[in-house]
Amino acid sequence: MSNTTAPASAATTTATTDPKIRIRGLSKHFSVPGGHVVTALDSFDLDVPQGQFLTIVGPSGCGKTTFLRMLAGLESPSEGSIEVVGGTDGRPENAMVFQGDSIFPWMSVWDNAAYGLTVRGVPKAQVKETVGHYLEATGLTKFADAFPHQLSGGMRQRVSIARAFANDPEILLMDEPFSALDEQNKTLLQAELLRIWDETRKTVVFITHSVDEAVTLSDRIMVMSAQPGRAKAFIDVPFERPRDVLQLRHQPEYGEIVYDIWSQLKEEVEKAKQQADARVAPKRHGLFRR
Amino acid sequence: MTNVAEAARTPRAAARQVEQRRTLSRSTLRTISILSPLVVLVAWEAFSRAGVLDERFFPAPTLIFQALWVEASSGELWTQTQHSLTRLIVGFVIGAVPAVVIGVAMGLNRVVNAAVRPIISALYPVPKSAVLPLFLLFFGLGEDTIWYFVAMGVFFPVVINTYTGVANVSAIFYDVAENFGAKRLTVFRTVALPGAMPNVITGLELGAGMGLIMLAIAEMMGGQGNGWGFMVWNSFQLFTIESMYAYLLVFALVGLLLALIVGFVGRKLTPWISRH
Ligand SMILES: Nc1ncnc2c1ncn2[C@@H]1O[C@H](COP(=O)(O)OP(=O)(O)O)[C@@H](O)[C@H]1O
Ligand SMILES: [Mg+2]
Repeated sequence: MSNTTAPASAATTTATTDPKIRIRGLSKHFSVPGGHVVTALDSFDLDVPQGQFLTIVGPSGCGKTTFLRMLAGLESPSEGSIEVVGGTDGRPENAMVFQGDSIFPWMSVWDNAAYGLTVRGVPKAQVKETVGHYLEATGLTKFADAFPHQLSGGMRQRVSIARAFANDPEILLMDEPFSALDEQNKTLLQAELLRIWDETRKTVVFITHSVDEAVTLSDRIMVMSAQPGRAKAFIDVPFERPRDVLQLRHQPEYGEIVYDIWSQLKEEVEKAKQQADARVAPKRHGLFRR
Repeated sequence: MTNVAEAARTPRAAARQVEQRRTLSRSTLRTISILSPLVVLVAWEAFSRAGVLDERFFPAPTLIFQALWVEASSGELWTQTQHSLTRLIVGFVIGAVPAVVIGVAMGLNRVVNAAVRPIISALYPVPKSAVLPLFLLFFGLGEDTIWYFVAMGVFFPVVINTYTGVANVSAIFYDVAENFGAKRLTVFRTVALPGAMPNVITGLELGAGMGLIMLAIAEMMGGQGNGWGFMVWNSFQLFTIESMYAYLLVFALVGLLLALIVGFVGRKLTPWISRH
């Protein structure tokens, strides 16, 4: 495929176009019970240009969450470096939309969305304006005083997105934010996300296991190898912005790109499955040895 | 299409029937709950009056209420209540406040937990009533001895439940707080404390009950010569059994009132919890 580039060249070609995030030789090892060491990520290079919507797809367990947590500063690298280029003029470097339910059950929708701003001590009037704007953008204005337990899963995820955007970070990190939603809600939220993102065009690193979602949202897609995670291929998504989530899927190129990613991904998913099977097998041996 | 209509009506009717049975049994159950203590009271009254029950040990309920009325109208009840209530409130506060602080510290800090946990585990199983002599030895026969004794009863359930609450706050919320730049104190205020609040309230409920028990023991045996507990003990010794029952009744009412107050405050402090 013409729009697939080898990982090595991707790092160098994009480096010329003002990278926002520069990652070199990044590795992460976990020591697990029994004295073993799991290598979640292995000498990983990546450049993300300013304003790019980058999506990472890869088989489960390949280190996507680990990578994002290191970007977020919640986990420290074992080796290598993560560099975020450019001053932050007081704005936070990143904000994360976490995998799964992560909004505070004890705060109202409003307080959840305002969390980052309140923690930073932003003036009240500005908090009001910003939070009001993003609640409006996510269709949550009517639910500002509601508590999370009164909301559906899709609405809770909207709060999480509003919380991240309202904090106005340099970089947005999103870890499978829509994976728990049904198909219709997913499509709605993708469209909403694109609309909000178009206002600011922040640099985004987005993780998903849905190839369709990756193609719909991104400028560039990185396919990761099975564990230990490495950049296997980069695919550029040429569709113009602003995009229409539904119309996009009718374009002939859409199918081509989806197919392209799938063919890269298939091998890795199979590898990951074999790894998982291999992890179960020794246990059985252990039982018989006794 | 009568078939379709019927097919639709039947399950709905069935559901209604089930619903009816449920509401019916619920109201019946409530009636039973109200009637059964009344039946006991009436039977008690009758048997006591008829001499079936020994009136010396089981004075008729009306006599007990009468004794309570005498205590109340003479001002005696109010005097005793002032003594006891002060002890209960002071003891509760000096027990609960450190318990919440220490419980949160244990939940947030593994070093604190490692240091404090064995001490609490070792002290917890000791019957609290058995250490009153020790308290009298340490602190003498003063008012403060009773405060500390009540405080000890309150402390354990509160500290244990607070710790459990903080330790069980899902790690993802701490990650969120860290990601959004919250510092230590903010993490405490916005994550640890509200996350643990339902358990803290459970601890306070149990602690209030325990505090009342400790109060009764201390007043009966602590030598202050006043308070509800003393009145129970004194009435027993003077064999004025009606007034003994009257003060037992006071304990029951205070216990009920405490549970209601803590429950009410608890609901105010955790408005995010759904209650149906
Ligand atoms: N805290 C941890 N301790 C030990 N192993 C971990 C830890 N976090 C992740 N791992 C391991 O690292 C690998 C990658 O995990 P993760 O980043 O969650 O994958 P993904 O998000 O791609 O599904 C997995 O094998 C996982 O078991
Ligand atoms: Mg993951």
